Amino acid sequence: MPDIHDESSFERHPKPGVDHLDYAGEQGMAVEQETLVEPDPEKREEARSLWGDAWRDLRRRPIFLISAVLILLLIVMAIFPGAFTDADPRKADLVNDYLKRPDWTDFFGAGWFGYDGQGRSIYARVVYGARASITVGIFVTAIVTLLGGLCGMVAGYFGGPVDALLSRIIDIFFGIPLLLGALVLLNAFSTRTVWTVVVALGVLGWTQIARVMRGAVLTVKQADYVMAGRALGAGTGRLMFRHILPNAVAPVIVVATIALGGYIATEATLSFLGIGLQDPTISWGIDISSAQKVIRTAPYVLFFPAAALSITVLAFIMLGDAVRDALDPKLR
Amino acid sequence: MTTAVDTGTSRREAPYEGPLLDVRDLHVEFVTRDGVAKAVNGVSYSVAAGETLAVLGESGSGKSVTAQAIMGILDMPPARIPRGEIRFRGEDMLGMDKERRRRIRGQKIAMIFQDALSSLNPVLTVGFQLGEMFRAHHKSSRKEAKEKAVELMERVRIPAAKDRVNDYPHQFSGGMRQRIMIAMALALEPDLIIADEPTTALDVTVQAQVMDLLAELQAEFNMGLILITHDLGVVADVADKIAVMYAGRIVETAPVHELYARPAHPYTRGLLDSIPRLDQKGQELYAIKGLPPNLLRIPPGCAFNPRCPRAQAVCRQEVPELFPVTEDDGTELAGRGSACFFWKETLHDR
Amino acid sequence: MGSYVLRRVLQMIPVFFGTTLLIFLMVYTLPGDPVSALFGDKAADPAVVASIKHKYYLDQPIWKQYLHYMGNLFQGDFGTSFTGRPVSDIMADAFPVTIRLALMAFAFELVFGLLLGLVSGLKRGSIQDTLVLVLTLLVISIPVFVLAYIAQTVFATNLGWVTPTVQNSKDLSQLILPAVVLGSLSLAFVARLTRTSIGENLRADYMRTAVAKGLPRRTIVTRHLLRNSLIPVVTFLGTDLGALMGGAIVTEGIFNVQGIGNVLYRAINQKEGPTVVGIVTVLVIVYLVASLVVDLLYAVLDPRIRYA
Ligand SMILES: Nc1ncnc2c1ncn2[C@@H]1O[C@H](COP(=O)(O)OP(=O)(O)OP(=O)(O)O)[C@@H](O)[C@H]1O
Ligand SMILES: [Mg+2]
Repeated sequence: MPDIHDESSFERHPKPGVDHLDYAGEQGMAVEQETLVEPDPEKREEARSLWGDAWRDLRRRPIFLISAVLILLLIVMAIFPGAFTDADPRKADLVNDYLKRPDWTDFFGAGWFGYDGQGRSIYARVVYGARASITVGIFVTAIVTLLGGLCGMVAGYFGGPVDALLSRIIDIFFGIPLLLGALVLLNAFSTRTVWTVVVALGVLGWTQIARVMRGAVLTVKQADYVMAGRALGAGTGRLMFRHILPNAVAPVIVVATIALGGYIATEATLSFLGIGLQDPTISWGIDISSAQKVIRTAPYVLFFPAAALSITVLAFIMLGDAVRDALDPKLR
Repeated sequence: MTTAVDTGTSRREAPYEGPLLDVRDLHVEFVTRDGVAKAVNGVSYSVAAGETLAVLGESGSGKSVTAQAIMGILDMPPARIPRGEIRFRGEDMLGMDKERRRRIRGQKIAMIFQDALSSLNPVLTVGFQLGEMFRAHHKSSRKEAKEKAVELMERVRIPAAKDRVNDYPHQFSGGMRQRIMIAMALALEPDLIIADEPTTALDVTVQAQVMDLLAELQAEFNMGLILITHDLGVVADVADKIAVMYAGRIVETAPVHELYARPAHPYTRGLLDSIPRLDQKGQELYAIKGLPPNLLRIPPGCAFNPRCPRAQAVCRQEVPELFPVTEDDGTELAGRGSACFFWKETLHDR
Repeated sequence: MGSYVLRRVLQMIPVFFGTTLLIFLMVYTLPGDPVSALFGDKAADPAVVASIKHKYYLDQPIWKQYLHYMGNLFQGDFGTSFTGRPVSDIMADAFPVTIRLALMAFAFELVFGLLLGLVSGLKRGSIQDTLVLVLTLLVISIPVFVLAYIAQTVFATNLGWVTPTVQNSKDLSQLILPAVVLGSLSLAFVARLTRTSIGENLRADYMRTAVAKGLPRRTIVTRHLLRNSLIPVVTFLGTDLGALMGGAIVTEGIFNVQGIGNVLYRAINQKEGPTVVGIVTVLVIVYLVASLVVDLLYAVLDPRIRYA
């Protein structure tokens, strides 16, 4: 029985979740690596020109431009919410502002999107809510990429018993759905901040990247220049980081970008269920949850945070999609 | 409408006078993101029953695209055929309705592809894929089709055909797979077979076996054969005449032995010089300098001029037509043509 | 083939123990005392707490607790919840509801996901294709709970076709809306996966051969294109049924479906250790069996794997 059966075959089957947006593409790319890479001396050039080509291609894609601008905007909003609104998102005026309707003439003002069931400016809350989402998305992705990337790299590079052991560990963590695991984990903490959520999702969510990385490394490892490098006695570290990593990293970046959107959605879901972020942190998930009570009379209380959340998730997914298409020469 | 192609009863219809296949001034372009790639730029050739035409040329010269245009299997778009004519038994193929074209494919003109492994469907048994020909064109039953498949496999000399008819493509060796491709092409005893580099993917010894088989079956059924290859060695044994392609044009045509003895185009000469020869062992191999042109920007004049040792000013300005090649005394050499302004000089080169 | 199955089963064993141990550790070693939580805000009598802890084996070191639990599990005993009800009873009530819901969601995603994927895959670049791409992207981007609200508002509040929440979880017609919401995300994946797969296979050499053979278009599409393109889709669907059950927490909560997701959510909130561990263990088993089935399915569909 050939070696392909040794990997527990999970790479072949996507599991549901935002992370599997387009697994066939991701697979295709791992395979594509083989044809993208060339013997040793030109290798880095090749890798560089792959990114160069991808970048040139990306700049011409409207989807990429739109999502990149959106994401930049969201990041700026997360860092400097004060630049977008003067209103205080926590100021509640139940007497004057209770469920006031959106006022379209109040551009960028406190009343622009109306007021929620506690008399707070919805626009200000949408602006300030970006911080939690973006922080969770970016930091969880960072943890997951480091942890999963390292694990997948080591498993794929060394193979044999190391791979068998790491692959089983990956399988074990993979067996627990992210949302479910995070619920159990987070419920143990009575006070939860953004960072609690980041750590919980990071610790549970790294397996997907690990699998993608492992698959990519396995493919790249077969390439001639790696063989040549090994024959010439290049050290393990050098082989891993100079030769294999640059060529295996493309699918990881794509999956990580798309997954980032997924983590944002997961955080919102957790907060919505009451086991994620808590007051006084401002989170779109919490706001959507509290909008539940007034949904019949004031649907806009639900609409704006929900739209903000969906657009944010959408932006990252579109970005990942665009990057994948650009990196996948087959689709040119 | 009297149909020359029909299912069932009359398998071989009245003999047709004239060439089986006649391609005239065929042009094929691909519309790509970077512009229009002119892959075929005025190809003309013809094949008679029982005749073998070898099409030679470097990678990218448009050999396969021409063949695909004849088969009618180009994806349009991105491909388009702005000009040209393809006549099969005198009938215009390009203007023909789709259904009729489909019936000709497989039944009257069959094609053999280079990479048999990827050209066969991996999830269907070879027996099924062979039998499919009879089921689609002759409405045979499943059982009949399977029997015919075994017969075909025996005919292309696959050992233990009965046992292997239910195997999948990946279970066969490369040579056996190519035999299956040949069997598939032969299934309905077509009038013309187009073999696109049928042996390139095979070992040298297997190559010879497969070529012999193909030649033998061709003779048996008196089929026309278009053999596409860049291997001059293969050509010498089986072909009657040769067409050499460069950048989507035919640059030289000749009966096979004359071409080998006295090429009349500098490109052909270069190709011949780059074959390793036993009597020149140890000498450095000749290679044509430079690269084939970018099809988005074919150079003006003769497309070969940037690489040609003979190029003059005229070669950079005018596109040479396919001149008839004659002896010095003016006697015409049947079937010879060269698209070089200096074919005479080239002919005399030694 | 036989040894392949055997190998996969052997690989599953450590994963089963590992995953259950992991969930066990998460439930029982993290801060937060489940037994004191039982008493709510009232101060608990230490003696009572101790006796409850003893009864539930919680006074033992964690590895002993785990071994004890596994020992019972293999005799079919999922333990008893802190309310005194056997966990297997709780599950026997809730699982059928969730299975029904998941099956309906599955049927929905299967039929419509494939249909949309086919349309867009076969007509790349057409208006239908763009429409499918945009719609699926939207469904993927809008979190399930938002989608649930939208569905609730539109179909229950505005149109009045259904009640906003499920009154009787045994009534299939009431489960339609939650099932559609639950299945929508997977539907989007199935559609996109089908589309990609068809796109890849359309370019395959064997498709060119099929055309060159002069086969009718219908034969080419159904026999050659679909057969190959559906392999990855079928394997996705294979694991999805199990995943739908695990993913029902949000949907069941919003629509008040009395299934496993609802029970699990309540159990997590109340730190009902035995119930949480029991349900998650069953979900893990479902997941493991599903991935085994998918592997076998893969081998059945693709002879290159079957005969390797
Ligand atoms: N679908 C397509 N889109 C764009 N260009 C194409 C397409 N198919 C073929 N071409 C171009 O047409 C040119 C001729 O290709 P063709 O396959 O006929 O070459 P060939 O002579 O058969 O070469 P080889 O010996 O490598 O098979 C090539 O430059 C190729 O890039
Ligand atoms: Mg070719």
